[in-house]
Amino acid sequence: MAQTRVNAGLDVADVSVSYGGVAALRGVTMRIGPGSIVGLIGPNGAGKTTLINAVSGVVRPGTGTISLGPLRLDRLPQHLVARAGVARTYQNIRLFGGLSVADNVRAGAYRLRSPLSDEGVKELLARVAVHEFDVSRPAASLPYGEQRRIEIARALAGTPSVMLLDEPAAGMNPRESHELRSVIRGIAQRGTGVLLVEHDMSLVSAVCDHVVVLNFGETIASGTPAQVARDPAVVEAYLGTSA
Amino acid sequence: MNALVDFYAKHSRLVDQIGVNAIMALSLSVSLRAGQLALAQAAFMGIAAYLSAILSLNAHWPLLASIALAMLVSALVAALLAYPVRRLRGVFLAIATIGFGEIVRVFANNFSITGGAEGLSGIPNDATTPVIYVGLALVAVALFALSRTKFALAVSLVREDEHAARSVGVDVGAIRTLSLALGGAIAGLGGALYAHSNFFLTPADFGFGRMEQILVACVIGGVTNAAGAVLGAGLITLLPEITRAVQAATGANVDFFRELVTGVVLLGVILFAPAGISGLWRKRA
Ligand SMILES: Nc1ncnc2c1ncn2[C@@H]1O[C@H](COP(=O)(O)OP(=O)(O)O)[C@@H](O)[C@H]1O
Ligand SMILES: [Mg+2]
Repeated sequence: MAQTRVNAGLDVADVSVSYGGVAALRGVTMRIGPGSIVGLIGPNGAGKTTLINAVSGVVRPGTGTISLGPLRLDRLPQHLVARAGVARTYQNIRLFGGLSVADNVRAGAYRLRSPLSDEGVKELLARVAVHEFDVSRPAASLPYGEQRRIEIARALAGTPSVMLLDEPAAGMNPRESHELRSVIRGIAQRGTGVLLVEHDMSLVSAVCDHVVVLNFGETIASGTPAQVARDPAVVEAYLGTSA
Repeated sequence: MNALVDFYAKHSRLVDQIGVNAIMALSLSVSLRAGQLALAQAAFMGIAAYLSAILSLNAHWPLLASIALAMLVSALVAALLAYPVRRLRGVFLAIATIGFGEIVRVFANNFSITGGAEGLSGIPNDATTPVIYVGLALVAVALFALSRTKFALAVSLVREDEHAARSVGVDVGAIRTLSLALGGAIAGLGGALYAHSNFFLTPADFGFGRMEQILVACVIGGVTNAAGAVLGAGLITLLPEITRAVQAATGANVDFFRELVTGVVLLGVILFAPAGISGLWRKRA
């Protein structure tokens, strides 16, 4: 099994993905250093989820390379990418619905040599701001916002080098979304690089060091949250003032 | 105690059948737990039954050695079968694996070493009741031990969501192959014990009817635990006997009635206890 933790960043270099001739990503390059939080924003259909799918081994890039330190990820099957230390969540939550909350979190530690203890499960749930409840409940029985955070806890359980979050605040109420800020900062503080795909700009501005903006599969801007917010190309992409 | 001894004296063959059927139900439960509706257990059972019978008849192998090789070969066949069906799920997997079962049966029907449609006879009857139940106990203990391992976690993740399982590092293909092979090995044990507790074998013993019986035992008992499989096997083996006894006592012709009762019990379980009889019991506990 792969090393538990490769202490190096994720490099996406000139990656293109197309679905049967339709280009979903064109030459995207970005770096997620250890402990950094990179935002990935863009209109619907811009290719954000496709990038997460490419990094996590769900789709193969047509061109370009993806590497975690010295390890090339772009030709590895999905389960080996996960074992290398890349964890993710899904835009449409994918918990193991019939299994308990505790087993869902334990599942995230699959790549590690030793299984998670009950204490370990509780601690991870606390880190995603899920406190005091019955961890033997089936995951599918929980409210949406809690399922989202349990999915993050599952991803965290494998002590990943990189964490890919696909719209984690979607479906959360404002309080939960606010709590998410410290959850995400906490992940990065322990050295994990975070890629945050999110529509909630206040969340992105609050936590991201760096933001990449995609439109029609291409990077149209990148920089600090304040820089990209002022970028005319970004304003145009979002407001559609292309005239 | 006396009643038990008396029952055994009269029905030792039935007791043996329950043991073998329970082993078969457990063997199917392994792939069902991984969410794979692979229905080739009767074929694995048949392959092992014939192999262990031939080893005893032609090569005079001792019982345990013939059981061991039969289990190994069944497991290998199951692992090989996993490859061509690797992309099939649900009902498509069921149909393909049933088809495999038919192929095995056709081969047994037409080969001279298997005795063709006549089958084999004169197999030493050395799989006694204690041997069968020691085998069953070993399977149950092995499955229980496995249930606390990482493999069991991976199996349940594959059942719940293959894609999400991959996302946490589970090699779904390997888990499917391993679970089929494990089920194949257990079915091999069941088959070898079957051969050595009956005087003869025919290809018809391992056809679709057998597969159906194993599946029904699993569904009635509840697939996710060993006790359920044993319970289901007991019920499915005894039901026809009970109706037969009713027939003998009353003189009524209940032949059609026998299958009807089995059908009604199955329907009742599916409608009212989808987790099987053992599931009902656990819910209450
Ligand atoms: N599996 C797929 N097959 C075909 N086209 C897809 C698939 N997934 C995404 N696409 C297309 O790729 C483009 C990018 O989609 P996606 O990455 O989901 O965008 P985003 O996450 O930014 O909303 C869209 O045009 C979408 O329709
Ligand atoms: Mg998306």
